[in-house]
Amino acid sequence: MNTNTIHTDLCIIGAGPVGLFAVFEAGLLKMRCHLIDALPQVGGQLSEIYPQKPIYDIPGYPEVKAQDLVDNLMEQAKPFQPTFTLGERVDYLNRQADGSFVVTTSDKTHVHAKVIIIAGGLGCFEPRKPVLTNLEQFEGKGINYMVKNPEHFRDKNVVIAGGGDSALDWSIYLAKVAKRVTLVHRNETFRGAPDSAAKVFDLANRGKIDLILSANLKEVTGNGKLEKVILEDKWKQDLSIDADHLIPLFGLSPKLGPIADWGLSIDKNAIEVDTRDYSTGVERIYAIGDINTYPGKLKLILCGFHEAAIMMHSAFKYVYPDQKLSFKYTTVNGVNAF
Amino acid sequence: MVTFTVEDQDGNRQEIEAPDDMGFNLMEILKASEYPVLATCGGMALCGTCHIEVLEGKDGLGDATDPELDQLENLPEYYPTSRLSCQIRISDILEGAVIRLRGEDVV
Repeated sequence: MNTNTIHTDLCIIGAGPVGLFAVFEAGLLKMRCHLIDALPQVGGQLSEIYPQKPIYDIPGYPEVKAQDLVDNLMEQAKPFQPTFTLGERVDYLNRQADGSFVVTTSDKTHVHAKVIIIAGGLGCFEPRKPVLTNLEQFEGKGINYMVKNPEHFRDKNVVIAGGGDSALDWSIYLAKVAKRVTLVHRNETFRGAPDSAAKVFDLANRGKIDLILSANLKEVTGNGKLEKVILEDKWKQDLSIDADHLIPLFGLSPKLGPIADWGLSIDKNAIEVDTRDYSTGVERIYAIGDINTYPGKLKLILCGFHEAAIMMHSAFKYVYPDQKLSFKYTTVNGVNAF
Repeated sequence: MVTFTVEDQDGNRQEIEAPDDMGFNLMEILKASEYPVLATCGGMALCGTCHIEVLEGKDGLGDATDPELDQLENLPEYYPTSRLSCQIRISDILEGAVIRLRGEDVV
């Protein structure tokens, strides 16, 4: 096992509302949690897709904004000191001789846990890719779907494609860092934040960036690494641009991803579970929230909360094999922080 | 009831009948008909995963709304005929329409 492995009782894959509430339920039973999420922030689709939308079916809250619910769940989990690995996707699960697991992420973070809880919602949010024939050939060799470290683009020729807020924001930011930024957008106007759009037009007018409107990505070429991006302009003419990097920014979409390869029983992109404890067919792996399925399943946050409570009582035996679990109310025992 | 035609990603067409008095939207009917529509956000025009094209009958349906366009513009590809199916209410306007599932974001 790697020396910088994170050790925990439970590894929760997915830091959405159900994953966060699972930390609380685990904490009541003295089990520690580490959470991993592909998104750079906690909250899952609530934070990523609709942070300002009101939710009306959380018991006890006639109305709560999605982001407020996430903030409250974080507050509720706080006494139990959950730890997080964010912005990384879980790629591998390796069973150890004693039945426990080592989880490995896309960035080679290792987490050792006695139990795995998949609370992955609809899967990991991954960047949408443009439809270009030899796209994959240049992934990691000039094509990047997100900007993790802007310094990576210093003094490089960068082509950004897209018309949303992230395309505008990164064009503005990278204009100061890159050798040359070219922003390619399929329309004449931007629907992103008007301030950002105005800044982009201003930068283009001052010759600080190249702005190519009403154009589409057509082809990427290079020899071992990306060298040129070919566009098709509004007159259907090809336009070739020297590029060390292409950053397509077309939003995120959830994909089941590597979970599909872990030997679990999967029906229509959801993991089949036993409703007695939300266990999967593989010992020590549970699935709760939108990612699981069973007869009568409802994809509601409140159902995920219920599933979290039940499954923690089942997982207890793997963390404390020698102890007998006794059921206690928080009204009687309070919340005993770690 | 209204009847319209759905073309899937492989080009197969099928007639679908849907009740026009239950307040359903087209995304819900597509999901209920077992089409592989992701509909991540559940119908708030916030994710763009229920992207369809209206091939016939577009005139009656009108243009995409602003919230739809915000999402459609973010997709790698969209067309003048593009709509988000969650924003189309099932009504008699859909009678005889032909829609095509678009689809990088399938279940």
